[in-house]
Amino acid sequence: MRLSLHTAPEVPLETDCLCPDQLLGKSAKEIAKLLVFHGNQRAELGEFFHIQEGAQNGTVTVEGDLAKVKQVGAGMSDGKLRIVGNVGAHLGAEMRGGEIVVEGSAGDWVGREMRGGRITILGDAGHLVGSAVRGAAVGMTGGEIFILGSAKNEVGNGMRRGLIAIAGDSGDFTGVNLKAGTVVVLGNLGLRSGAGMVRGTILSTQPAELLPTFCYDTTYRPPIVRTLLLYLRRQGFTIEDVYINGPYRRFSGDAIELNKGEILLYAG
Amino acid sequence: MFLGSTEIADTFAEAFAMWGARVIITGESEKWALAAARSMTGFATSVIGCKCEAGIERLLVAEETPDGRPGVSVLLFAGSPKGVGSRLIERIGQCVMTCPTTACFNGLKTKESIEIGGKLRYFGDGYQASKVIGGSRFWRIPVMEGEFLVEESFGVQPAVGGGNFLILGRDLSSTLSAAERAVAAMQVEGVIMPFPEGVVRSGSKPGSRYKSLPASTNEAYCPSLRGRAKTQLPESVGCVLEIVVDGLTEQAVAEAMRRGICAAAGESVIQISAGNYGGSLGQFQFALHALLQGGS
Repeated sequence: MRLSLHTAPEVPLETDCLCPDQLLGKSAKEIAKLLVFHGNQRAELGEFFHIQEGAQNGTVTVEGDLAKVKQVGAGMSDGKLRIVGNVGAHLGAEMRGGEIVVEGSAGDWVGREMRGGRITILGDAGHLVGSAVRGAAVGMTGGEIFILGSAKNEVGNGMRRGLIAIAGDSGDFTGVNLKAGTVVVLGNLGLRSGAGMVRGTILSTQPAELLPTFCYDTTYRPPIVRTLLLYLRRQGFTIEDVYINGPYRRFSGDAIELNKGEILLYAG
Repeated sequence: MFLGSTEIADTFAEAFAMWGARVIITGESEKWALAAARSMTGFATSVIGCKCEAGIERLLVAEETPDGRPGVSVLLFAGSPKGVGSRLIERIGQCVMTCPTTACFNGLKTKESIEIGGKLRYFGDGYQASKVIGGSRFWRIPVMEGEFLVEESFGVQPAVGGGNFLILGRDLSSTLSAAERAVAAMQVEGVIMPFPEGVVRSGSKPGSRYKSLPASTNEAYCPSLRGRAKTQLPESVGCVLEIVVDGLTEQAVAEAMRRGICAAAGESVIQISAGNYGGSLGQFQFALHALLQGGS
């Protein structure tokens, strides 16, 4: 099944119906009548998208400049959603399963409060990847988010479980308030990484300036790093052997919390 | 039936149902992975006295292991999934976790699994941490050298234990040589030979005149008892050695036996027979003639 944007929305378009769970099994006419919000106005999906039926093994392809289209794949539990172009905020919010692949860049809140499945962004992502909404304590609780470009601030804010991997850089407050889970940044970490983290792991292959509430433990080569990085390499990340085989400096923190979190920085 | 000058007895080997698991042990070098694997598979020749049977399946190159280091694949068999779990916890805890640089991964994706790392983690005394990678949970247990990494759950599957054949040779040297040839030829995926270098001299029969013993010497195949007990040995036989095979599948055991019998046959090997106890030992029967003719 393929949906093509024919009319760019003037204001953000909320389309939580744009996920395989809600599209597969429906006719093009039924899909065209699905409810969306254009700003605060009710509208039908067909006012913005051409819908082309066709079995694609559970895959739905959405194409066009979707930078103003929000909530794509929200609540998704199965199937595959392929987005050709950029996509707006809240991609895969509260997603429980299935796979989203974005052949472009994504806005803020990618995988917000995600519970399972996988999101792959071939370009960049905005702020608050895998995070909780403002006012909520817990962000992502499962699944994987792979960003082959860079991401902005507050990656994994409040994250409890799951894996976020970023091939490029991350912004400030990476892993802020992390409850557990893993954030891997193959580029540079921004400022104040791990602030308020309780448990969990932040790993970077580049040097970083850490908060004074993180204490140096040791320099070592734990098998978990090799296992993790080799897994990411198998998922399509380019990781040089030196980062897989080399030593990492381990810091415990954040001491203002339980001090059970860790930041691992490549020490080669 | 003859293979060259060696007679293949028209009999079958009896084997029994077990449960098996595959453990991947990695280390900083092959030396350390192998050290842990040897320690873990020590004293694991027979369920009769060791509560499990275990052995090294094969060496693994770095590209084959989850952490990209040299490794060893170990198979362990016991009578039930719970038995496999208990033995793995004991042996991984005492033999792998203690060995410098090693990590331990599940090597069998099956429907049924047993918790291993999830129990060993308590050694971490609250300092342990877990990571989920690709849907599998791993436990990181802090140790004085660094960290011991062990997968939370290991797959377990129905398996076959006690596949066997007997090499009846003219003398010790020719029989030992035939046994060595057989073991070298029996490197089949999913199979181990749990006895020392794969060979056992004290083949047993079920039961004993002493009530406390579940098994006792197989007097019918002891050359030194030819004059005292009912014997199964042709006159010219002076030595008998047994090869015992455990496998994850019936097919793997059959293939290993076939290769082993073909390799063992030769000059001074009078006969190849098998541990046949009249069907009283186990539910799997490997007929030697059928094995060599392509069936089992």
